[in-house]
Amino acid sequence: MNDFPFLSILTLLPLVGAIVVALVPKAKAELAKTIAFGWSLVVLVLSIVMWIAFNAGGDRFQFRESYAWIPSWDARFTFAADGIALVMLMLIAILFPVVILASWHDVEKSNRSAPIYFSLLLAFEFTMIGVFAAADIFLFYVFFEIMLIPMYFIIGSFGGQRRQYAAVKFFLYSLVGGLFMLAAVIGLWVVGGHTFDWTKLTEAASSIDQNTARWLFLGFFVAFAIKAPFFPFHTWLPDAGGAAPAGAAALLVGVMDKVGTFGILRYCLSLFPEASRWFAPAALVLGVIGIIYAALLAVGQNDLKRLVSYTSIAHFGFIGIGIFAFTTQAGTGSVLYMVNHGLATGLLFIVVGMFVARRGSNLISDFGGAGKLVPVLAGVFFFAGLASLALPGTAPFISEFLVLIGTFTVHPAYAVVATAGIILAAAYVLWMVQRTTQGTLNPALAEVPAMKKDITLREKVVVAPLILLIILLGFYPKPVTDVINPAVEATMSDVGVQDPGPTAVVANERVAR
Amino acid sequence: MEDLKLPGIDYGALLPMLILFGAACIGILLEAFTPRRSRQVVQLSLAFLAVTASFIAVIFQHDTRKITIGGAVAVDGPTLFLQGSILVLGLVSLMLIGERQIERGGPFVSQAAITVGSQKDVKQAGDQPGATEVYPLTIFALGGMLLFVAANDLLTMFIALEVFSLPLYLLCALARRRRLLSQEAALKYFLLGSYASAFFLFGVALIYGFSGGIALGQVHAAVADPQRSQVLLYGGLALIAIGLLFKAALAPFHVWTPDVYQGAPTPVTALMAACTKVAAFGALLRILYVAFDGVRWDFQPVLGTIAVLTMLVGAILAITQTDMKRLLAYSSVANAGYLLVGVLALNEEGLSSTMFYLVAYGFAVLAAFGIVTLVRDGDGEATHLARWAGLGRKSPLVAAAFTFILLAFAGIPLTSGFTAKFAVFGAAVEGGQTWLVVFGVITSMLLAFPYLRVVVLLWLSEPSETTPTVSIPGFLTSAALVIGVAATFALGVVPAPLIDLTRDAAQFVR
Repeated sequence: MNDFPFLSILTLLPLVGAIVVALVPKAKAELAKTIAFGWSLVVLVLSIVMWIAFNAGGDRFQFRESYAWIPSWDARFTFAADGIALVMLMLIAILFPVVILASWHDVEKSNRSAPIYFSLLLAFEFTMIGVFAAADIFLFYVFFEIMLIPMYFIIGSFGGQRRQYAAVKFFLYSLVGGLFMLAAVIGLWVVGGHTFDWTKLTEAASSIDQNTARWLFLGFFVAFAIKAPFFPFHTWLPDAGGAAPAGAAALLVGVMDKVGTFGILRYCLSLFPEASRWFAPAALVLGVIGIIYAALLAVGQNDLKRLVSYTSIAHFGFIGIGIFAFTTQAGTGSVLYMVNHGLATGLLFIVVGMFVARRGSNLISDFGGAGKLVPVLAGVFFFAGLASLALPGTAPFISEFLVLIGTFTVHPAYAVVATAGIILAAAYVLWMVQRTTQGTLNPALAEVPAMKKDITLREKVVVAPLILLIILLGFYPKPVTDVINPAVEATMSDVGVQDPGPTAVVANERVAR
Repeated sequence: MEDLKLPGIDYGALLPMLILFGAACIGILLEAFTPRRSRQVVQLSLAFLAVTASFIAVIFQHDTRKITIGGAVAVDGPTLFLQGSILVLGLVSLMLIGERQIERGGPFVSQAAITVGSQKDVKQAGDQPGATEVYPLTIFALGGMLLFVAANDLLTMFIALEVFSLPLYLLCALARRRRLLSQEAALKYFLLGSYASAFFLFGVALIYGFSGGIALGQVHAAVADPQRSQVLLYGGLALIAIGLLFKAALAPFHVWTPDVYQGAPTPVTALMAACTKVAAFGALLRILYVAFDGVRWDFQPVLGTIAVLTMLVGAILAITQTDMKRLLAYSSVANAGYLLVGVLALNEEGLSSTMFYLVAYGFAVLAAFGIVTLVRDGDGEATHLARWAGLGRKSPLVAAAFTFILLAFAGIPLTSGFTAKFAVFGAAVEGGQTWLVVFGVITSMLLAFPYLRVVVLLWLSEPSETTPTVSIPGFLTSAALVIGVAATFALGVVPAPLIDLTRDAAQFVR
């Protein structure tokens, strides 16, 4: 089973789908949507088969495939997945059909072409799967850059207000990061012995001069920090998230931003262990600032989509400190957080999109007491909010908790400050829910005919799998953590750190001496 | 008394050039003896035939590595590769030059000497068929370029420089529309080009004084001798470099580029942007790698500074442009800077990556200018940026092709722009020129902005009343566009064959 070329097929399948959907004439919008949805389901089924075929206790990298591409540079089409990549691929496979179904009527309001929109979504899935499946740095870089193009057109052509500004800002920010990374990739290629193969490069990494390694680390880190985004590279996300169609915004923060944190884990940490340790204090500080700063900004937002974008930045701060704490617990927590955040924030964005589609406005002040008109939808919104503030019983709680205890064992001060972020999270989520759905009914809201329609069957189908997964992983995360743990342990051993023993044991040893 | 010995001539090795020069002479005769009606067909066929035959001759010579006719011409890997590139790119430019479907009479004026604005001029702008002298002129220019990249002594190089420059000056003046702009461009190009030639010639004189010879091998030997006058060496090198930097449009010798690119008929602009670049960098490579590699430590920082300046000037000024042709001109200035980064690697990688970049950029820029010829209104090409707003809605196919080319210029992966940039930057890091790569990356960020602005205009702006129509391209322009776009894509996805070719060719004979 493991010989089956899962990753290359999984990567190419959405590309073929994108081409097929793009060829559907504009008038046959329904056909295009159905094909796109069906196609993403096929990808999902294949991913599930791959998940089952993955041996959690086996090799670190599985499903490895390698084909020649540019021999003189030793760039190859190499695909391989470790546990971290596998859970991200699974998340992508789940979110895309959900988003496609959620975006069913998004294009109808404008005179834009529906087949093009759904084709762009599938093209985006192609680049997303590719970037997580690549095990060749050149190939990774290629996907890292071309993912901008479908998203640029999705935001720019199908977005809301200020979409042009947001699309250009998004593209330029990411491109700037990408070009820093390009310089680092070239440098790595020259000092690493003219190869792009991740495995060979990690072997050669120890021989790289310390100073060079730090510069190269910085090149990669800036690219990933912009993508993630970490404070202070985050300013593009609220604009992009605010302007993008809700479904695309869910993908933007749910999947695409994870490329940044995934890249740090896979490339920065494993290739430049010494530099990672050297830069870790700075990265931790950025993470903690991001948690507090973004949460404060989220509290003050009046635009629902921008608010959710800011909550994401705060969550990425948690993921960041989890990664740079260098303990297995915190690392596993971070990767789990990447998955859970994709589900919870994805759900939140999609539900916000349902509200926005009804009301025709993103502004919280245009809502008020919406729960009286659409009680079920408001309930789902409340649930998504609770999941996003990491209420115990929902999946994000486990990951946030793991990150915090994992960080506390080595950097108690950061963990304490980060915990304050949880309180702020409660503040912005509850305020948002209260101002939107609770309280007295906004009279203007009652006059909008669409607001009289509660959640439809299609919308129920959209939110149900996400809600189920959030609850399921909230109580029983083991299937996911089992896959993640070995990969995180391997990454930590690449960095060359060991988990500190429990403090009590250390104290006993001291007594024994 | 000693017998006068004739130098051995290997006609086979010279065949590509002989074919072009011969065809150009025949073209001039045909111009005199063919009836006006059939000239276009006859001349165009002759031009295609000559370029194709010459290309076949280059392919047949692919193993030749020798210096012939008394050391004047070196036929080696880089020569043949660059000649082949010039011929292929020239063939595609000829398609644009030969197009007569888009506009009545074609993009060229029928009689350039008629006073602008006179009654005769208005009449000829309306319906008279364009001049067919353009074909022999183009062939002469291409022939000169072939000789330029093959020249193994400084005087041959100078002659080749003149042979390919003079027809280009003339071609610039032949635009059907905006005659004054076109003539101004030609005059500017001619005057500045003459200065550059004079600099070059003066430099050759100094180097002759320095080394006692003009053959590149002799210069190379003289450079190694510390007894000789260093003043003559550096003075001569600097002046020769100025002449070449002018042709390659490197700052601060680039100022002619935007005006000439804008004023010249667009197919000629395409020819200059693609083929002249190849020729100029081919000669620069040979001069620096063959003759003056002994003083590389001295010229590397100077030319490095010029490369940085060029990239910055090209990128920053491209941001401020409002005219499509001028924007592409500044983009070509910036690209010249990236090429110089590759040249300055001064190793085999540098040579092969620069050659790869030249081909990749040539195809992309031909497609870009090809599309510029299509976007027109009643007054000819509509080159003002604002006029392109919403073009994606009106003509999605052309807009998509142009977007793809712009992404290639911006260096996005899966286009030749990315692989080419990767190649030159990789070579430069290899050659210890990391600082140039840092500037290259920074200017790439700046350059992305103007390209992206055009993409926004094309797709995200609403079309207005003044959005021009896209003419239906004739067969020749369609073919040129398809070749340009397909090559840009192919070199981005499967660059391996061409990279291998450039690597095999990356060895000069001395």
